[in-house]
Amino acid sequence: MINDLPNLTNPVCAVPHSHNDYIVMGHGSGGGMTHNLIQKVFAPHFTNSSLDANNDFGIVENTGKNRLAISTDAHIVSPLFFPGGDIGRLAVCGTVNDVSMSGAEVIGLTASFIIEEGFPIKDLERIAISMSIAAKEAGVKIVSGDTKVVERGKADGVFISTSGIGYIPEGTDIGGANAKPGDAVIISGTVGDHGMAVLTARGDLGLETQIRSDVAPLNGLIHSLLLEIPDVHVLRDPTRGGLATTLNEIATQSEVNITINEASIPLNPEVSSTCELLGFDPLYVANEGKLILILPDTMAEKALRILKNHQYGREAVKIGMVLPDPQKRVLLRTRIGSNRILDVMTGEMLPRIC
Amino acid sequence: MKYLDEFRNSDLVHNAIARLHRITHHPWVIMEICGGQTHSIMQNGLNLLLPEKIELVHGPGCPVCVTSLELVDKALAIAAQPDVIFCSFGDMLRVPGSSGDLFSLRASGSNIKIVYSPMDAVKIAQQNPGKQVVFFAIGFETTAPVNAMSVLQASALKLDNYSILVSQVTVPPAMEAILSSPLNRVQAFLAAGHVCAVMGYHQYFTIAEKYQIPIVVTGFEPLDLVNGILKTVDLLEQGLNKVENAYSRIVTEKGNVAAQNIINTVFKKVDRNWRGIGMIPMSGLGLREEFELFDAEKRFSIAHISTHESEICISGQVLQGSVKPDHCPAFGTICTPENPLGATMVSSEGACSAYFRYANGKDSTS
Repeated sequence: MINDLPNLTNPVCAVPHSHNDYIVMGHGSGGGMTHNLIQKVFAPHFTNSSLDANNDFGIVENTGKNRLAISTDAHIVSPLFFPGGDIGRLAVCGTVNDVSMSGAEVIGLTASFIIEEGFPIKDLERIAISMSIAAKEAGVKIVSGDTKVVERGKADGVFISTSGIGYIPEGTDIGGANAKPGDAVIISGTVGDHGMAVLTARGDLGLETQIRSDVAPLNGLIHSLLLEIPDVHVLRDPTRGGLATTLNEIATQSEVNITINEASIPLNPEVSSTCELLGFDPLYVANEGKLILILPDTMAEKALRILKNHQYGREAVKIGMVLPDPQKRVLLRTRIGSNRILDVMTGEMLPRIC
Repeated sequence: MKYLDEFRNSDLVHNAIARLHRITHHPWVIMEICGGQTHSIMQNGLNLLLPEKIELVHGPGCPVCVTSLELVDKALAIAAQPDVIFCSFGDMLRVPGSSGDLFSLRASGSNIKIVYSPMDAVKIAQQNPGKQVVFFAIGFETTAPVNAMSVLQASALKLDNYSILVSQVTVPPAMEAILSSPLNRVQAFLAAGHVCAVMGYHQYFTIAEKYQIPIVVTGFEPLDLVNGILKTVDLLEQGLNKVENAYSRIVTEKGNVAAQNIINTVFKKVDRNWRGIGMIPMSGLGLREEFELFDAEKRFSIAHISTHESEICISGQVLQGSVKPDHCPAFGTICTPENPLGATMVSSEGACSAYFRYANGKDSTS
């Protein structure tokens, strides 16, 4: 059948292009490309001890005895309204959660809106009402705001940027660099719900699901936890890049190994089967109402009891341990009892071909 | 999902692995054809559980990896034209052409859309009568039926603004090319379950006989893979060069005849260049004369594409299983998923990306 055989003795391939000159979508994925962009463009010019700690919040020393935690987050989402939430709820919860992950009590938010010409005012009001409800639930006030309008086509409906500020109680020291060998790793519930809810709500997959975003303010949950267990080492919400990418950030910052059990990671069955269909790994899909909690293993049972008593922590579970390892990696014990590396997400996650 | 869970059951997998250890007496080199299988092996850590005597080598079954540089360059040339909406599966956007990739082209303003099915591209063509809509029809026998169906639908709708850039490849000629190579080490194949679901496995009988090699149709879940390897080793140890089906819940000998008919209605066999490997005669599909109207290569004047392939990356040797990904000097150092030197590191089905993602360069099977 084959007469002229191809030359298989010296095959070669091309050297591609590494997207160092222009922004592509992968730079906004929250994975490796985002990290590299920040390290290349922003970090060298902004460097200071608070920023260089690489947390989702910055800490500012105050003249009084309390330190301030500050965080800022720009929110872009399509569609603006999705099952379980909308861009308004997302904008409030995202920043409340980022500030809270320092252990701080959030005391105020600001919000700025970039609105596209032609955007329906009734939708804007719907977003404002949603923000108000989320802020009330979180017990914070939106104390300042800004509104800008750009020409049609220069934005996608509305973009919302929020900033938040909070007091860190004396003695609290929570951050991504604090994980220690022997600590337990806990997740507060199912992973991947937000990302899959938004993706399927876009409608271009032709899938109809009941998946709802988990977007929620977690400051109440964190408050209850810290009241009873002050010795928490790490709190972080696994947003863009998902559980896997966030655990890698912590492993790098703390210079430890984190080993988690695949079988113990809670998954909404519909998220699991939708990911299966598309070839996505739910461990890389965004969450907006979940936290990773790392604390001494002796406190894990107590922490789980507290989390499970709260509406946003009902399905909390211990998923792994922090181990000493100079390689700073995340290992996954697979369902069939083997091991593999759980790496950071690189660029955008793309659906499978066949 | 419960159905799939049974094929991921740790106890069942470990029982099968224990049997595999019992029956494996000689060293064997087995190639899994499909990139999806490579990823499942690495993702589940199956490679760490196999007997040391079994070496799995990873085959060329990654459609993104083997799409020729010339076709990637043609895709870039078409997508750069005004009034074109270029539609592609997402994975192709990062694959490098001679200068640039589709992601960069999109960043510089070209209208490039990621679609999940060519039928979406047909819809886009219906909605945009003033634009030329081109779908990058890549893939093996698995994508061929739906890509063909999009042409039939566009034809029925009398769409004069829809065309496809065809890079369809087929598995059996690639298997023969690998077996005929002087570098060949492969002693048995795990045939790609999804390709066989479409095409059946009757075409493998002649290959098994001609090259005196066992071929076992194999699925993708951990238990499917172990059962496929188990059957293969059983045949190898007995010296039997047979074709067997270890994925019978999905695959029949004849395959999906309706899908095959659609493929044959729209496509004919053609010579095809495989990236990194070279030209394999009659290893691809091209549009039949009666559907030439839908051939993007004929619709756009892109005949004078000059391609330039660099010589740093050895992904071609990886694609035919003669070199393991982590034996490449560039692996994990200058070549990573963020800065890929070759398509095998780009694609979610590529062997290099599987090694990087899941094994970090360590593979106990080698």
